[in-house]
Amino acid sequence: MQEPKKRPPPANVAGRWALIGLVVVVVAAAFAYVGGWLTPSRLTPKRMVNALQASGGEHPGFRRNHAKGICVGGYFEASGALAKYSSSPLFAGGRTPVVGRLALPGGNPYAADSSVPIRSFALRFDLADGEQWRTGMNAMPVFPVSTPQAFYDLTVATGPDPATGKPNPDKAKAFFMSHPETGAFLGWIKTAKPAASYVDETYQSINAFYLRDANGERHAVRWKVVPETPATGDGGPAAGDTDYLDADLTRRLAQGPVRWHLQMILAAPGDPVDDATKAWPDDRQTVDAGVVVIDSAQPQANGPCRDVNYDPTILPRGIEISGDPIIVARSAAYAVSYLRRTGEEGHLPGTAHPKEDQR
Amino acid sequence: MSRVDTFHPVARVLHWLMSIMILTMLFVGAGMVTSVEAKHEWLLSIHRPLGITIFILALIRLGFRLTHKAPPLPADMPEWQKLAAHGSHWMLYGLMILMPLIGWGMLSAGNFPVTLWSGFQLPPILPAGPALYAWLREAHRYLAWLFFLTFLAHMGAALMHGLIRRDGVLESMTGRSND
Repeated sequence: MQEPKKRPPPANVAGRWALIGLVVVVVAAAFAYVGGWLTPSRLTPKRMVNALQASGGEHPGFRRNHAKGICVGGYFEASGALAKYSSSPLFAGGRTPVVGRLALPGGNPYAADSSVPIRSFALRFDLADGEQWRTGMNAMPVFPVSTPQAFYDLTVATGPDPATGKPNPDKAKAFFMSHPETGAFLGWIKTAKPAASYVDETYQSINAFYLRDANGERHAVRWKVVPETPATGDGGPAAGDTDYLDADLTRRLAQGPVRWHLQMILAAPGDPVDDATKAWPDDRQTVDAGVVVIDSAQPQANGPCRDVNYDPTILPRGIEISGDPIIVARSAAYAVSYLRRTGEEGHLPGTAHPKEDQR
Repeated sequence: MSRVDTFHPVARVLHWLMSIMILTMLFVGAGMVTSVEAKHEWLLSIHRPLGITIFILALIRLGFRLTHKAPPLPADMPEWQKLAAHGSHWMLYGLMILMPLIGWGMLSAGNFPVTLWSGFQLPPILPAGPALYAWLREAHRYLAWLFFLTFLAHMGAALMHGLIRRDGVLESMTGRSND
């Protein structure tokens, strides 16, 4: 090569150039296909979050769903009873700090607390070995739909109609008619009332996961945190009070920590593991894994939960995802929501600025 | 053979092995950020350990490249092509080292555990912070684009050398005898 050989030009130069061009185009097209550019109908995490955003409105800096909430802090004290089902050191015993968030579903951070009869509780357990467990639970027994596509369709069907800017009841009705799996959820929500307090609610994982024990055996579970605080009953907020939940929480914490029991519900053979619309019978064996103790609360504008993405696939060893497709879809969509709000937080070019004083 | 007209066998093995890994990585990345199904999760579980493997191999490769002379480009190559060749090669080295570091740093900034496989985490390399996370996440995206485009140019140029110029440049990496 140091003394270049003079070769005759190859035969069919045009054909050779065409071949090179073809190879480059094919590789680029394959990449475009994998990246979803050739299939605009593909349900991507971005489209999912766009639908949520259309529904909840544009609120820079806030989560795209469960936008209104409050940070809480405390610890988890393991009972040791779950250690034979999961190899995670989290359950062996002792205390693990938690950073939590109590919230309302929906994308509007200014929604009235009474606007929705569901509250949610997210927790991040920070294990001593650097592992984390993140879970987002809801105070409801089942999820309305079983697939990401159905969740997207539900969000669009119950969101504002592009034509009028208002939700269209006919579209919602048509969705529920064509999705019989929503029956259990609809039956429950008909009688559900907005709770007056975060602290006397039971929050459920709804999605099923697997515990993996020290012998490598896996056990399908769902979990819930069950309050020690007795039901408040009536005595709801004064009429017109739209932000009573935070005030109630602060008042109660001033009197002392509030506690929930983390209960693991073990599936019986044949229980649906991959379908969050189907509840398991009430008589399933439950194991009290320990107590979640919450002793502090902070506004989310500057609290430690603000920059936490409660991605349900972040699990320590000893807990694994199941085949429930909602779990992975939540992870994918949360990542988009997290990038959008951290980008707004960090004033990245092209992002809307958060209203600093209101968060 | 007296002339240095092919890359050292170690360099060739690293090149072809890493080309497969990096191309896989780019496709895995593009697929995982645009899917919500189960594959999102298994692609992610490939992405992190594969990225760290590429990072380690890239450091070894850089060390090897700096200590072993590469065969020179043909003397009759136009100057701009030589410049483009050297520029793109160093760009590729930079990206294969920088991209894993940005990914690792981005997870650190987001306070995510940098889990390579269940129960095994790398330590954070940056402090947690939302703005830092967002900047690094966007950098990861745009540099991945740059990486892919540089790869396409590199592949196209290699084919041009092999099919049009037939000057032995492609063979210096494939190792095929250069008559």
